[in-house]
Amino acid sequence: MTDLDLLTLTARDAAGLVASGEVSPAELANSYLDRIAADPDRTNAFLHTDRAATHASVAHAATLSGDDSLTHRGVPLAIKDLLSTKDMPTTCASKILEGFHPVYDATSVELARAAGLVNLGKVNMDEFAMGSSNETSAFGPVRNPWDPTTVPGGSSGGSAAAVAGGFAPWALGSDTGGSIRQPAALCGIVGLKPTYGVVSRYGLIAFASSLDQIGPMTKDVEDCADLLRIIAAPDPRDTTSVGPREPIRLKKRDRLDGVRLGLPKQFMAEGIDPDVKSIIEENLRQAVDLGAAIVDVDLPHAEYALAAYYLIAPAEASSNLARFDGVRYGHRAANVDNLGDMYDRTRAEGFGPEVQRRIMIGTYALSSGYYDAYYGQAQKVRTLIADDFRKVFEHCDLVVGPTSPTTAFGLGERMDDPLAMYASDMCTIPTNLAALPGMSIPSGLSNGMPVGFQIMGPAFSENEMLSVAWALEQSFQFDPVPPRLRAAAGGASA
Amino acid sequence: MTKITIEDTRHVAKLARLGLADEQLETLTGELNTIIESIGKIAELDLEGVEPTTHALEVVNVWGEDVPHTSLTAEQALSNAPDPENGLFRVPKMHS
Repeated sequence: MTDLDLLTLTARDAAGLVASGEVSPAELANSYLDRIAADPDRTNAFLHTDRAATHASVAHAATLSGDDSLTHRGVPLAIKDLLSTKDMPTTCASKILEGFHPVYDATSVELARAAGLVNLGKVNMDEFAMGSSNETSAFGPVRNPWDPTTVPGGSSGGSAAAVAGGFAPWALGSDTGGSIRQPAALCGIVGLKPTYGVVSRYGLIAFASSLDQIGPMTKDVEDCADLLRIIAAPDPRDTTSVGPREPIRLKKRDRLDGVRLGLPKQFMAEGIDPDVKSIIEENLRQAVDLGAAIVDVDLPHAEYALAAYYLIAPAEASSNLARFDGVRYGHRAANVDNLGDMYDRTRAEGFGPEVQRRIMIGTYALSSGYYDAYYGQAQKVRTLIADDFRKVFEHCDLVVGPTSPTTAFGLGERMDDPLAMYASDMCTIPTNLAALPGMSIPSGLSNGMPVGFQIMGPAFSENEMLSVAWALEQSFQFDPVPPRLRAAAGGASA
Repeated sequence: MTKITIEDTRHVAKLARLGLADEQLETLTGELNTIIESIGKIAELDLEGVEPTTHALEVVNVWGEDVPHTSLTAEQALSNAPDPENGLFRVPKMHS
């Protein structure tokens, strides 16, 4: 496999090569592992690779029965490092979990293996998924394959860079406030956050349990539907999981006649970069050309979504991360005086600055005397935002807008300003609060950097979203290969 | 809105079991003030009568079958322990 092959192959292309015998699953995995090891741009997308473990995963896939149903047997998958894998370490990009070896697989990983997918390695992320730039990783930032001086977005920055940079055909990410969609947008790939409960969270190391969802990050919409189909299922081990309402299936359509796309004025207002805005406007004209109707809608409480999110998510995180205390797994501080001292020092040494900041915000918001004013109010705002969406979907089928207010920003640019970093998620957070599905598809370039078009739907409308996204994708004609990488691989510009 | 003092930050760090040095507490005090001032605007909203969200998605209770199944062995549960002994998690003494 050439570098150009790896940059351009979709997962189903790879599956086709394997099925026809043109390349063996082991050769395919080796090609990706070689490219990951070479990594001339220091993309740093992967935290753990293990050729022997990947080959064992290939061997396991070969033993599975059910030839016809295993359409993607032997295709490698990059896995975000907060999903437990029994054959590779799982660290959440944190020092507190350095060297942690799960004793079981996350359900999503188990389902991927049962479909014949191969564990290619664990990908970098913001520490405990807290960040929007992949710079809070304890193991170094990830660079954006479109421009290595910029961030890939976050928290699933490793997943996005792995797919965009030709290091993996597709990847699993997770999304608490935009962590699949925003990096997908910044790296020019497709990412989907399912309705809360469609994918089991069992084995996902929790950040904010009422918001976290696992989802696919892929080169195109068809791959996205295929990977979602593999991982979407109810699971008795996650009591909040319900699975998809109907089997995930991509209905390809050429036209969007009769489809009403709601455009909330809040998504095109202050804070959205003018270039991003003009690309989204062009995208909307393309949707109209396909027959869609654009409906102006109002999400009056969206302006409070960011505030509600940055109270609810840290509050849940402060509780979830209490388990990292040095007793049962992970880092333990040395030379301590007593048990309490061990807790205090283990957590001070093991957690990075952003994680500590969020634990502090959450603990403060939940502390005596402040609970009603902050956490209680945030939970009420959450109700209002869900009501806003309910009303909006009486007038339109799907809601659209930009995924991220800007394109990829420079490494280090927002690290000293937490509020500027938090604002990166302003367009994606409302759907997490309302438990709704959202996806990002690449829709154009602004100064050579990708822009993402966001599609949000009512609960369990993934099939409708995918169908509309597919039609738009054909119209947008976005080339997902970064030109500099195509040139480096010896390919002519597309 | 009341300003968060370094003593408040120290108290919150104690609740969160983070053994932070004075200079870290100082930095965090400044950051917490900035962040809470920005996100704390929702404390001023009149939300009388609005039900707080307690479940992300309204779903009916799902019952599991009451059948025995295998769980982790003690060996597996201890496999990542920093200091296991005799099938137990060993920890430092409570009081020094």
